[in-house]
Amino acid sequence: MLTVDNLVVRYGAVSAVRDLSMKVGRGELVALLGPNGAGKSSTINALTGLVTPASGRIVLDGQDISRVRTEDRIRAGLTSTPEGRHIFANLTVGENLRLGAATRRDPKGVRGDIERFLALFPVLSERYGQAAGTLSGGEQQMLAIARSLMSRPKLLLLDEPSLGLAPKIVVQIFDFIGELKREGLTLLVVEQNAKQALRFADRVYVVSAGTLRYEGPPAELADEHGLFNLYIGG
Amino acid sequence: MDYALQQLLNALAFGAEYSLVALGLAVVFSIMGLVNFAHGEIIGVSAYSVFLAAALGLTSPFVAVLLAVAAAALAAVAFERVAFRPVRYAPTTTGLLTAFGVSIVVQNLFMLLISPKPQSVSILNGLNQMWFFGPFAVSSLQVMELIVSGLTILALVLFLNRSTLGLAIRAASRDFATVRLMGIRANRVIATAFAISGALAGIAAVFIIARRGSVSPDLGFGLVLKAFVACVIGGFGSLAGAAAGGMLLGFIEVGLLVALPQEYGGFKDALTYVIIVALLVYRPEGLLGQRVELGDKEI
Repeated sequence: MLTVDNLVVRYGAVSAVRDLSMKVGRGELVALLGPNGAGKSSTINALTGLVTPASGRIVLDGQDISRVRTEDRIRAGLTSTPEGRHIFANLTVGENLRLGAATRRDPKGVRGDIERFLALFPVLSERYGQAAGTLSGGEQQMLAIARSLMSRPKLLLLDEPSLGLAPKIVVQIFDFIGELKREGLTLLVVEQNAKQALRFADRVYVVSAGTLRYEGPPAELADEHGLFNLYIGG
Repeated sequence: MDYALQQLLNALAFGAEYSLVALGLAVVFSIMGLVNFAHGEIIGVSAYSVFLAAALGLTSPFVAVLLAVAAAALAAVAFERVAFRPVRYAPTTTGLLTAFGVSIVVQNLFMLLISPKPQSVSILNGLNQMWFFGPFAVSSLQVMELIVSGLTILALVLFLNRSTLGLAIRAASRDFATVRLMGIRANRVIATAFAISGALAGIAAVFIIARRGSVSPDLGFGLVLKAFVACVIGGFGSLAGAAAGGMLLGFIEVGLLVALPQEYGGFKDALTYVIIVALLVYRPEGLLGQRVELGDKEI
């Protein structure tokens, strides 16, 4: 589904991502773990095209999208729920969901999807006409993920879905992520919260200081206590 | 009574015109952070298009109105494509200087290619008549200005709240990168905002031509300064603020004209600005702007 070859992201003289290669197979949930500042978000932003990589190749479904604009990558079936949620605070919950479906041309299907998410998250239904900025952090995260799903992506990138949320809410969010995987969605989840991310992960990549440190199944990562503690902690 | 009604209508008509132009500035500013001082030249292009069309034999005022609005929208989109897109990601001062550059170049083109002197345009004079309601005489132009501005603002509100592109413009005013993550093309959102801004300027141009009966190279420049002030009063970037600020500015100006004795009429602008300064001391963020402390980050 997604292949990344030798990705390099630089901000001026600072290298945020160094020579990163990774793969996400169809229907897989892959976790990208690492401490703060490891280059996880830079990787995601390079995948969506919001930052331009210095070098490297990004291939989605056999199509090289390295030089494709963000908008067209989304249209090609890749979507990201950005770190910090970035819901449109001045728009209503409903308007946020509608914008998520901006690339679709089937109003009936869009309405059906909105109803499905409202049934799934009753709180969004209660707040449908309210400004999304009035939602709590957890509710905003639900809305942000639902908004990403409105475009019916093939591949969903989730950047730090647990950021700033209470532990109980984080468990709920990851339950939902596990549900999405069961439905067949391909996911790349970037996290600092390794414990939650590993619950459903098929494979794990660990990055630190922009470099890949581990690649493999989650079980082995848990065994290698040194690595786990060094790069992830807890 | 007649006098009071006349002055009220004056204030509403001036206010409506300022609101239209201020909204044009605010739509672009809200999503791009660009204060488009070339907005006056969009009004200019619109006015000169009508002048040229009339000189070439156009006689239908209806067609002239359509032409004015279309020419303004096209000019705005063209300015964006040619001048503002290359500096989109540059610091805001670069955009501001670019806007001044466009303004100066276009004004000089009017002077070189047509004439530095005002040119008479009579095609829209028919809009400016006196209407009599019983004992009241009112200017048809002012009534139309009020109604058309109201309808235009209503249409804008509907567009921004109902259409996907309108929602995208509102969302982009806070978070452009995330709008792109929705698969919405940044260029399309920006071009649409400029087209709207231009159409609003074109509508204002129709009223200016009808009232003055002439066009001149600096036609829109003074008006844009007023609109800028209206935006500041209302809170820069807020669309409702721009509309409210324009209306308030109209009322302050006409109110001062009425209140000041004839021989002090020349102090109107000075006093207008004193009132505005006082208002901004009281509410530095403008009427409807949001207070942002230095170092604040939107989460």
